[in-house]
Amino acid sequence: MNKEKIAIIGAGIIGASIARVLSRYENIEIHLIEMETDVGWGVSKANTAILHAGYDDDPFLYPNRAKYCVRGNYLWRKWSKQLQIRTSWNGSLVLSFSKEDEEELYNLLERGERNGVKGLRIIEKREIQKLEENVSPNVTLALWAPTAGQISPFEAVAALVENAVENGVILHLETKVLDIVEDGTRITKLVTNNGEIEVDWVINAAGLYADYIAKLVGEEDFKITPRKGEYFLFNDRAKPKVSRILFPAPKPKSKGVVVTTTVDGNLMIGPNATDLPEDEKENRETTQEGLEEVWREASKLVKNLPSKSEVIKTFAGLRPEPTGGDFVIRPHNSLLGFINVAGIRSPGITSAPAIAYEVPKMLLHLGARLILKKNWNPIRRRIVKFSRSSNRRKRELIAMNPLYGNIVCQCEMVTEAEVVEAIRRGAKTVEGVKLRTRAGMGKCQGAFCRIKIAMILSRELKIKPWQVKVKGTGSEIGVGDLFSLLRK
Amino acid sequence: MYSYDLVVVGGGASGIAASIKAKELGIKKVALIDEKNYLGGVLPQCIHSGFGLVYFKEDLTGPEFTEKLAQKVMETDLDIYTSTFVSKIAYRDYFEKLVYAVSKHGIKKFKTKTIIYSTGCRERNIYEIGILGNRPSGVFTAGEAQTLMDIYGVMPGREIVIVGSGDIGLIMARRFALQGANVKAVVEIMPYPGGLTRNIVQCLNDFNIPLLLNHSVLRVIGKNRVEEVEVCKLDENRKCIEGSKFRIKCDTLVISAGLVPRVELLEDLGVTIDPITKSAVVNDRLETSLPGVFVAGNSLVVNDLVDYAVEQGEMAAQGASEFIFNKGINAVLWKKVKLNGNIRFFIPQLISGEKAVTMYGRVLTPEENVKLKVSEINKEIPFVRVRPSEMIRLKLSKDELSSARGESLTFSIFKRGAQLGE
Repeated sequence: MNKEKIAIIGAGIIGASIARVLSRYENIEIHLIEMETDVGWGVSKANTAILHAGYDDDPFLYPNRAKYCVRGNYLWRKWSKQLQIRTSWNGSLVLSFSKEDEEELYNLLERGERNGVKGLRIIEKREIQKLEENVSPNVTLALWAPTAGQISPFEAVAALVENAVENGVILHLETKVLDIVEDGTRITKLVTNNGEIEVDWVINAAGLYADYIAKLVGEEDFKITPRKGEYFLFNDRAKPKVSRILFPAPKPKSKGVVVTTTVDGNLMIGPNATDLPEDEKENRETTQEGLEEVWREASKLVKNLPSKSEVIKTFAGLRPEPTGGDFVIRPHNSLLGFINVAGIRSPGITSAPAIAYEVPKMLLHLGARLILKKNWNPIRRRIVKFSRSSNRRKRELIAMNPLYGNIVCQCEMVTEAEVVEAIRRGAKTVEGVKLRTRAGMGKCQGAFCRIKIAMILSRELKIKPWQVKVKGTGSEIGVGDLFSLLRK
Repeated sequence: MYSYDLVVVGGGASGIAASIKAKELGIKKVALIDEKNYLGGVLPQCIHSGFGLVYFKEDLTGPEFTEKLAQKVMETDLDIYTSTFVSKIAYRDYFEKLVYAVSKHGIKKFKTKTIIYSTGCRERNIYEIGILGNRPSGVFTAGEAQTLMDIYGVMPGREIVIVGSGDIGLIMARRFALQGANVKAVVEIMPYPGGLTRNIVQCLNDFNIPLLLNHSVLRVIGKNRVEEVEVCKLDENRKCIEGSKFRIKCDTLVISAGLVPRVELLEDLGVTIDPITKSAVVNDRLETSLPGVFVAGNSLVVNDLVDYAVEQGEMAAQGASEFIFNKGINAVLWKKVKLNGNIRFFIPQLISGEKAVTMYGRVLTPEENVKLKVSEINKEIPFVRVRPSEMIRLKLSKDELSSARGESLTFSIFKRGAQLGE
């Protein structure tokens, strides 16, 4: 029997989650297609990394967001264990500073209860201060959501893809979909910069570019506008940190600037929300005004922020804002075989597992035959973290593989063995190694290790040192060999 | 468990010098640890000359300087551990510290009476100096670019803009020019260059490289590789002058915007840190607030010359030998160094007055025709000019210090001809 072929366009958190869920079925061939050099480099890489409780989204205005967020929050507890993705379930506080804010808290409470969020409570100052020492003294009330948490978003995408590939999914990197061919009733193949791929089904999980992909099959009823958010990240020693996720009372456009401590222990503040024109889907520039706004807004939530000299990185991420504001999760209205999973803006990471389970349901509804595998492997093991191992375990690791005895990144104490393992798991660039191991994410921001990593990549990938890419296409670390250039 | 009298953490210039001196002074068991697989720290990649004028009385390149030091090291019987990364230091008691290190052979634990911490400094990065915009490839710190070129033979780029006119920035400008790259500008936010005058002449003027004083790189433009940088002119308050923005096309941005001592493990150990030098507060033996723990070289203070780093290594070794042979540094009433006027810092911060001491300091802003005065000992030293980029090094003799009364030693700078306090 011929296997039906499914292409998932986009290997972000959504495409990767869908790939994992579909990899449970044995009678399909799954192609996960990504235009970048690595998975998870679009929307998934740079965001606030929060697993929202699910009280924000109005079930009448945004039914998909309301439904999938609460379910996704629940599913991540299981998924993060199976895939060994770091999470912290420290809960969130929405803070009020005025009467209007307080009213908004009660709205959120009601909405959250309607959405089925567990454990929500409005709490008073004394209890707020008990939950969060560093909260601003001006706070009046807070909505306490104990089910909210944090995740490492890039690690999540990498883990999902590793698990999907382990279960037979075929990953295509640096592959851009140029056209989708149909025979009048259904889809037959994808045309890409790397040749054609025969497919029966296409899942459009292309993030910021989902409108571009939909347009290839004549769908023009939604647009994806980039909404930029800027952030400050502090070094892991910077204090005071926060022990909960702190939100202001939400504004219509966004949930506001958040103060949070990442799963890696770095204090982070952001994002603001700047709507960009539709064609600025790569504009990840940080700006003076944007960063000033973030600092100002974050300062309102806490007693103190660390000094600016403790900032180790400023960055910007883009959220894919769909027309209408709700997730676009539906099949093409006339063409069989095309399913949109688009406009997955916040709370997208939270919702991802729940959205992913929706896809096989839609496929079955559209007439696909799906048979569960008997030997599907739900488990993925994370890269061993030398720095977090006990002394005894460290000794064992070095005895087993001496590369654990070579510290590559001094700030985060990442070993050569971890770098080599990251490359084995698919890192092809300095950035890919960094995101998988944290090498270069410390105080010096890679000044001491970037080159060491490049040399390990050169050795493992068998390319010349100058050809090692830092990020995507065209980002080689050098322009050539020093001595051959002398001859020019 | 390995047992030592002295463990030197960091095998750059000051660490090597400290180890050699320690052996000369008769310290029996000395270990020198470095994370790289070679000794010398950054010296082997500094292929320009200007090293060793004080220490070896010769003008040497970085690799030559290292070679000479290495020869001296080989004549001693100290234990050298390369490719060994010190991950933790613990303070057991007055005479016992533990140093934990990771290497391919496992985790080593060193028990030692004294420690000299000489781990050098790190470079400030693009985020710390607030450059906005995109984050593409092609942004390097000066040291990174130097490592790429002169350790690994990789040419980082063709069209270069350098941020910061400190000595390292200037030397890298020349290094790129010598390699045939087009160095489009060295951009400096201050109204005066950050580096030594000889480097302005030899590295920029000789190669017709423009120096843009009072200018700032605002943002980086480029998706995967740097394509342009946006620059603006600054007014006297270092704010952007409206309408002065322009762009420079380039594929490489080199950041040379200052160095910060690396003292994370000392911080973890709880030694007192000076917020100005961002390193440990030390006495005239270069001992930190923890007895028997010394710090030297660029992890103590960012030096202009390798010779100073070497000198501090030797000072610390002397301190360590005193500690070992006298069972500790004698308790004295330390005189605190106080600063007045145009002075950023002077180290050591604590002076015993029992022995001669070499002081290192920097001013805050450039000035001409000034005097440096140490009030309590009535010492005045004239300077034709002082600049933040040029370290002031002065020796105070035991005799001079013996005349000092009180609990402090006050350093001030004032205009020649003017009376202090006017």
